[in-house]
Amino acid sequence: MGIAEQFFNEMFDADNHRYPYHEYGAWFDNEDISRLRKKANEAEVFFRRTGITFNVYGEDDATERLIPFDIIPRIISAREWSRIERGIEQRVRAINAFLHDIYHRQEILRAGRVPIRLIADNEAFLPEMIGVSPPGNIYTHIVGIDLVRTGADDFLVLEDNARTPSGVSYMLENRETMLHMFPELFANTRVRPVNGYPMGLRRSLAASAPAQCEREPVVAILTPGIHNSAYFEHSFLADEMGVELVEGHDLRIVDGRVAMRTTRGYQPIDVLYRRVDDDFLDPLTFNPDSMLGVPGVMDIYRAGGITIANAPGTGISDDKALYSYMPAIIEFYTGEQPILKNVPTWRCSEADSLAYVLDNLKDLVVKEVHGSGGYGMLIGPAASKRELSDFSAKLKANPSNYIAQPTLALSTVPILAKKGLAPRHVDLRPFVRVSPVGIEITPGGLTRVALKAGSLVVNSSQGGGTKDTWVLED
Amino acid sequence: MLGKTAGGVYWMFRYIERSENITRLIDVGLRMALTRPYTSQDEWASVLDAAGVRSGYDQVHSETDAGGVVDYLLRDTDNPSSVMSSIDAARMNGRLVRTALTREVWEAMNECWLLLKETLANPIPSRELPEVLGIVRKQSALVRAALHGTMLRNDIFNFARIGTFIERADNTARILDVKYYVLLPTANQVGSSLDNVQWETILRSASGHRSYRVSHGLEISPLGIADFLIFDLQMPRSLAFCYRKISDNLGYLRQNYSTRHSSHDLIDERAQQLESQTVDSIFDTGLHEFLSDFKRYNSALGSQIEQDYRFHK
Repeated sequence: MGIAEQFFNEMFDADNHRYPYHEYGAWFDNEDISRLRKKANEAEVFFRRTGITFNVYGEDDATERLIPFDIIPRIISAREWSRIERGIEQRVRAINAFLHDIYHRQEILRAGRVPIRLIADNEAFLPEMIGVSPPGNIYTHIVGIDLVRTGADDFLVLEDNARTPSGVSYMLENRETMLHMFPELFANTRVRPVNGYPMGLRRSLAASAPAQCEREPVVAILTPGIHNSAYFEHSFLADEMGVELVEGHDLRIVDGRVAMRTTRGYQPIDVLYRRVDDDFLDPLTFNPDSMLGVPGVMDIYRAGGITIANAPGTGISDDKALYSYMPAIIEFYTGEQPILKNVPTWRCSEADSLAYVLDNLKDLVVKEVHGSGGYGMLIGPAASKRELSDFSAKLKANPSNYIAQPTLALSTVPILAKKGLAPRHVDLRPFVRVSPVGIEITPGGLTRVALKAGSLVVNSSQGGGTKDTWVLED
Repeated sequence: MLGKTAGGVYWMFRYIERSENITRLIDVGLRMALTRPYTSQDEWASVLDAAGVRSGYDQVHSETDAGGVVDYLLRDTDNPSSVMSSIDAARMNGRLVRTALTREVWEAMNECWLLLKETLANPIPSRELPEVLGIVRKQSALVRAALHGTMLRNDIFNFARIGTFIERADNTARILDVKYYVLLPTANQVGSSLDNVQWETILRSASGHRSYRVSHGLEISPLGIADFLIFDLQMPRSLAFCYRKISDNLGYLRQNYSTRHSSHDLIDERAQQLESQTVDSIFDTGLHEFLSDFKRYNSALGSQIEQDYRFHK
């Protein structure tokens, strides 16, 4: 049985185009494949010229790699999107309510809906944040929710990214590239624009400025620097938003404010969109060896002198150990059933689950609770006997470090392969902006695609590519 | 703007300018070697001296031949002033200040880097050298063109221009100085046709030989050429022109920020000093001495600007 029959194909239903692909499919059928291939090469040249690259850790420092881009868009109907949107909004509301609660009264722990040890023993929980209420009680100003699809109406949340989610520059550049290459497509198909994201982000960050700020808030982006794998994105966003891109050594505390060194001396900042991890934010509070942060910034933050986005300590809400409790968290704070379901998850910390996972390892995906980027995970069906037995040993040695999920029948979207269209597995990361004014979700997001036939790993660091994601107007 | 950003833009344009000027120095060497009646290593040694990389070169090379010197100046990334190092550094600074540049400037910079990385990946055979030198100059011109065509005339632009002209002044002084290091076969050949041919080479390398004829007529003389490259305000590579530009751009910053710094005093002082001299007075005290002083003061001016506008701290 081929990949086409086993998995939900988003473009084709048997030999017909599924509804969202009607117009695109008609256009595609009239296209000359060799012209499209030429366009695909142009796209690569376009990306290389723009400098939209990422550095891969562990490789030669000078290596800047392009994330492969596939020119077949991933298309989502207005109806499908509206459900995704409502589901994400509900989830993000719950995450912020949870964060406020967990750093204040901890009612969810008292109610026994989340085990205390998951919080108490968790490095992502920052005691320094206890009692801190950021403006509007917004902790996660920028969120990326990773979704996978297993059927026509089945979108599941694979992961919440509530720390410093990346990838939004690809969403924007992918669209820019498509507009550049296929303007005629956008004239015929009503695709909702995504280009409002940067200015929208600047507005929502400004709206999150401390109450004491009486001027047009000054926003800056804090990057770990030019060698960071996402540096391109940091500078791209700063550019598109029209704000300064700063590093730790550009900042210091001056007169009780966080200030950046400009050609005219030190100027205070009101909102810091930081793309450095909690641990490196303030060497006085967290990692004393950090060269990336600003000594003393946490004191100013706690005193309400600056907004940090996302707030320190948001990692406790997207920790993989907590993931399986998200349905309970949503219900606890919103009183509603989750609109978007979780992927069924076994907590290896629980003896029954561990036993099940060990028995069924070859059918499961096992993830490290604190891992990310597809590292340190086991994909059972793709693993050798040796890998399975090695992983069993690791699991037994430290069960609470792992969760397991069934191998999902991820949906596919075709890519333009050597022999024409070929289905490949995809996921989707929509981007959410949260401010005291409201929650905004850009219609679209980053579609990651596994380029190898049959592969389920879509991470760019593991050879995945990206696609433009279209959300259609009603 | 951030001090770091001002520094990044300034250095990006210094390095762009440097890459171009290194090709001009190579050009001087090539032309001089061609006009020599016999093969000699002097021309190439003089080019290394003028570029200020002689000791670095001698550490890794035993012979001062055309192939070795050209490769060192063009491609060797262990030479911090080579064309490839300069372009790497320009782009690195460009990445650092990406937000201060328009998309056009950044893309011109990035394309320049991509193209030269490819072009300079392997040693350049001598027959392809003129073409490659041309590509380098064209690429640097494209980056400058994008700056002129798309950037706001704000502080960012001024820092880019100041970097350009500090570097260019330094480089013109270096090109003029090549002649000092080239020994004529005998002392009585001073003023000979060989001497004049060498001077003309200097002129060509500064892209000035046609312009020179427009402003100084047909007679090519060392005094005329030095006058042209030091004092002519119409010549965009002359020392006086560069200093007028630096003075203008520093002046815009002063107005823009309503702050006068030490670098403003310094540029006024240096510009006056230059104006008070003539080519005759310079030749009396020695061209090489004049150029050495100039390079030293120029570098001090650069450091003062870095300090005044908080590039580093």
